[in-house]
Amino acid sequence: MNSPSLRLYTFAAPSRFYRLAGWMVPWFWAATIALTVAGLYIGFFVAPTDATQGDAYRIIFIHVPAAWMSMLLYLVMAFWAGVGWAFNARLASMVARAIAPTGAMFTFLALWTGAVWGKPTWGAWWVWDARLTSELILLFLYLGYIALVNAIDDVRRADQAGALLALVGSVNVPIIYFSVKWWNTLHQGATISMTAAPKMATTMLTAMLIMTFAFWAYAFAAVFTRTRAIVIEREAHSGWVAELTRGRMNP
Amino acid sequence: MNWGSASAFFEMGGYGLYVWGSYGVTALLMLVEPWLVHRRLRRSLRDAARIESGNEAES
Repeated sequence: MNSPSLRLYTFAAPSRFYRLAGWMVPWFWAATIALTVAGLYIGFFVAPTDATQGDAYRIIFIHVPAAWMSMLLYLVMAFWAGVGWAFNARLASMVARAIAPTGAMFTFLALWTGAVWGKPTWGAWWVWDARLTSELILLFLYLGYIALVNAIDDVRRADQAGALLALVGSVNVPIIYFSVKWWNTLHQGATISMTAAPKMATTMLTAMLIMTFAFWAYAFAAVFTRTRAIVIEREAHSGWVAELTRGRMNP
Repeated sequence: MNWGSASAFFEMGGYGLYVWGSYGVTALLMLVEPWLVHRRLRRSLRDAARIESGNEAES
């Protein structure tokens, strides 16, 4: 190796992350589009109509992936916020901030698609059931985190306060996940279990998993683009950003 | 193939409003958010360029 400085944490430098992420983002958008087309094709044209729920069940292809992403992104956000706090790692805190709006969007979508699925199948848009209530609390945690980090002017102190909130709030994620087991809920149990065979037809399962990967690629693309914007905003006065923007400005 | 015609596809077995209501809002948000983040990135670069050109003018 002729570059001894290249280590695992090389990309923890915001300038290097900016370039690496810039290269990766178009591929994540392309993957999102390709996977969405494939997932929706299987979901609408290959997977059969459900025997009990009719075609209303097709909401599952976006409902479950959105709900999974809402929980996964929260844990990833809390993790990077914690890393940024514990090790004073600037980029980790920026990633945490970049995740929050995308996580909040997926949480809202999980609630919204759940409501319009609940109406025809349960007869109600909303019930104060453990699963729905804990997912609503997740939305408030995301919004609280966003409001908190934006309310404190000192950027690093805001990151630290946000990290504390994110880490304490992460206790809610296992509550959401296990709510259908711990309490008698109207919401059905887990669709996919590590210990049991899937309870749904293979084509339905395939469509749902492909859509999950599509949302996952989407989250990477959106979060990385937002992180790049935050990097530029915070480092606008540094030499490498000046280098980057030189000649971009046309008077 | 599940659908005999385009109208059968849009009706979704009577659940059209619910199915398309959920997909419509999802599609809308997942188009708006990428637009917003790219706009934020463009703005951040433009603001940084303004700072850079301001520094040059001073020196």
